[in-house]
Amino acid sequence: MAAIYSLYIINKSGGLIFYKDCGTKGRMDTNDCLRVASLWHSMHAISQQLSPVNGCSGIELLQADTFDLHCFQSLPGTKFFVVCEPGTPHMESLLRYIYELYTDYVLKNPFYEIEMPIRCELFDINLTQAVQSDRVALLGR
Amino acid sequence: MIGVGKMKQYSNVLDKPLSKGKQEVSLSAFAFLFSELVQYNQTQVDNIAELERRLEDAGYAVGSRVLELLCNREKGNRRETRLLGILSFVHSTVWKVLFGKVADSLEKGTEHEDEYMISEKELLVNRFISIPKDMGTFNCGAFVAGIVKGVLDNAGFPAVVTAHFVPIEGQQRPRTTILIKFADEVLKREARLSQ
Repeated sequence: MAAIYSLYIINKSGGLIFYKDCGTKGRMDTNDCLRVASLWHSMHAISQQLSPVNGCSGIELLQADTFDLHCFQSLPGTKFFVVCEPGTPHMESLLRYIYELYTDYVLKNPFYEIEMPIRCELFDINLTQAVQSDRVALLGR
Repeated sequence: MIGVGKMKQYSNVLDKPLSKGKQEVSLSAFAFLFSELVQYNQTQVDNIAELERRLEDAGYAVGSRVLELLCNREKGNRRETRLLGILSFVHSTVWKVLFGKVADSLEKGTEHEDEYMISEKELLVNRFISIPKDMGTFNCGAFVAGIVKGVLDNAGFPAVVTAHFVPIEGQQRPRTTILIKFADEVLKREARLSQ
């Protein structure tokens, strides 16, 4: 079963608000994560400008030799992206499911400040369950 | 206008029968509203005990109204006079109407005569809330404790009601217990009525 390496959530201004590292490969320290997040935010914005077609919504999939990067941008501008093994299926539905978890356990939490780093226990618990490989397969139904 | 056929015209709005109301309410809408209630109160207070008290007061207002409404709708305007009666009313009827299900359990406290506990695996109001570590034992269930207090006080059973998290082995999330401590006069009256 193909694996997910890591999950990032970045806010409207490009700051990293959540990082989860799911596997043994591709571990990074905090500063590197922050840099990667702002890099991705800028690349995403530039890609919207570079597009020859009007109304481009930015990069959705980046494929490389050793990994795939799937990105989902919500309407308010929060970006969810996941770095996984090449060819991992159902990543788009996983990202949409994670967005649902975000709206439930983060946005409905009175102790969470918008655009700040996410420190919600319920979000972590449900996310861990969602990322387990058997659950991801169910999403692809 | 809802309803088929001729409706009786009432000249005075107070003569109209009370409607049953909408049975279903959006959980998300309530969650956002409750979250805003907590956030608003947080800006008005200096410490956590104050915040709990404010949530309790908000719940108290709900509780007193719910008691009136349910006595009319569900019980045909009968009044509960016995302790177990009012407790099972809270545990079943009030919970069913407010949260869509009866409470998980109702227990009598073992250490003190005047303590009773209503337990719930997870309170509906707490479903999406994660308490930050630095807030210690704060529980947004204080709102529900306030509702129970409102119902009991207005039914003539004054009590101190609080909400607590009870950690359970083998489960990540603790259970919530609403602890009800009745005033002396209630126990005395109950003892007199039992004779």
